Amino acid sequence: MSAVRRGLESLIPALRRFARALARDAETADDLVQDTLVRALRGEHLFHGGDLRTWTFTILLNLDRNRRRGLARRPILAVIEDVDPAGPPGTDGTGRDIERGLVLLPQEQREVLLLVTLEGLSYREAAEVQGVPIGTVMSRLSRARTALRTHLEGQRPRLRQVK
Amino acid sequence: MTERDASVTEDELHAYVDGALPGDRIAAVEARLASDPEAASRVAAWRAQATSIRANWERVVEEPVPERLRLEHIARRASGTWRKIAAAAVIAFAIGAAGGWYGHEYSSFGRNDQIARAIADAAIEAHRLYINEVRHPIEVRAGEAHLLPWLSRRVGSTVRAPDLAPEGLKLMGGRLLPGTPGPTALIMYEGSGGERVTITSTRAAREGATAFHWKSAGEIGALAWVEGGVAFVVAGPADRARLDRVARRVYEAYETAANERR
Repeated sequence: MSAVRRGLESLIPALRRFARALARDAETADDLVQDTLVRALRGEHLFHGGDLRTWTFTILLNLDRNRRRGLARRPILAVIEDVDPAGPPGTDGTGRDIERGLVLLPQEQREVLLLVTLEGLSYREAAEVQGVPIGTVMSRLSRARTALRTHLEGQRPRLRQVK
Repeated sequence: MTERDASVTEDELHAYVDGALPGDRIAAVEARLASDPEAASRVAAWRAQATSIRANWERVVEEPVPERLRLEHIARRASGTWRKIAAAAVIAFAIGAAGGWYGHEYSSFGRNDQIARAIADAAIEAHRLYINEVRHPIEVRAGEAHLLPWLSRRVGSTVRAPDLAPEGLKLMGGRLLPGTPGPTALIMYEGSGGERVTITSTRAAREGATAFHWKSAGEIGALAWVEGGVAFVVAGPADRARLDRVARRVYEAYETAANERR
């Protein structure tokens, strides 16, 4: 097994985690990972050094963006995907809140927040994955955190009433 | 607020939360947080968000990786399939060449039958691989004028996309698959139920022809034949009668075109 393949193999769990947070539906998420791996293997010969994680996350992100563009052309599916109260059964209240909050963020803000907090990418790596300057990453991150905070704090009283 | 506090930027607050702050700035940021409750509550909220995000998805990494995501599985499907088609095509080519050389066009009949079956196997796998690719099953869409000329040029024989509307199938587009001695063209159609039917064609024997060979693997069926030096496979849901009609239409489309040239 080549070094690239060994590296890819070790990235699969993190790719699944990131895809799950992006797509929410486990099956869709694993489809994304599968397509990412197929692409990565197909492009293996194009990979000359560099950071394997950044490269595969970039592939996954682009596939997810394509997927969303596809969904956007089918409005009914997009609506179900985005408004459906999130999460597998048994997720606790906090989990649902954070999932719902993330869903409400613009795609690129959600991506940055997940890359940085969930996957622990540096700002520079996140910039590389998104193909934008680091300043854009910082402003997206800031907007994401502000919006999420407003959302989570605005939700709390309502949830208390429900319970 | 001291001057040193004022120099702490918003970006540095984020970096503090994300553990990306250079060590020599930590004291400055912490001093700012101690003197600015608003900044402190923001930072606390951001930390809590990060904790919830991690708590919510962290478990995914502990799940066993499903079989379909295992690298050897994906590698097998990605390259094994083409290696098999390639191998079948090489044999077909060699036999075809020998047949032509000795001038016994039909002496390779029996072997061509075997080739048709081998190619059908590989095409079924290819079919499976690409019909499952929901998002990018094809490289070039049907509407793009260069689809057929491009595939024809690369495969080295004319690739057609017969009208299969009478079978309820709409042309989606095509892709090129690597192979030896030459690449394989894959043309994909979609039916009203979302079912997909593919036609693959590969330069095979120079001479020789075979009857239709039926092959099925689970829910997928294929009809394969060799005609005019090209190996064809029509694959789709294992409905023999329908695939038979599709295969005949494909065969006729190529035959009609060939007769017109004569």
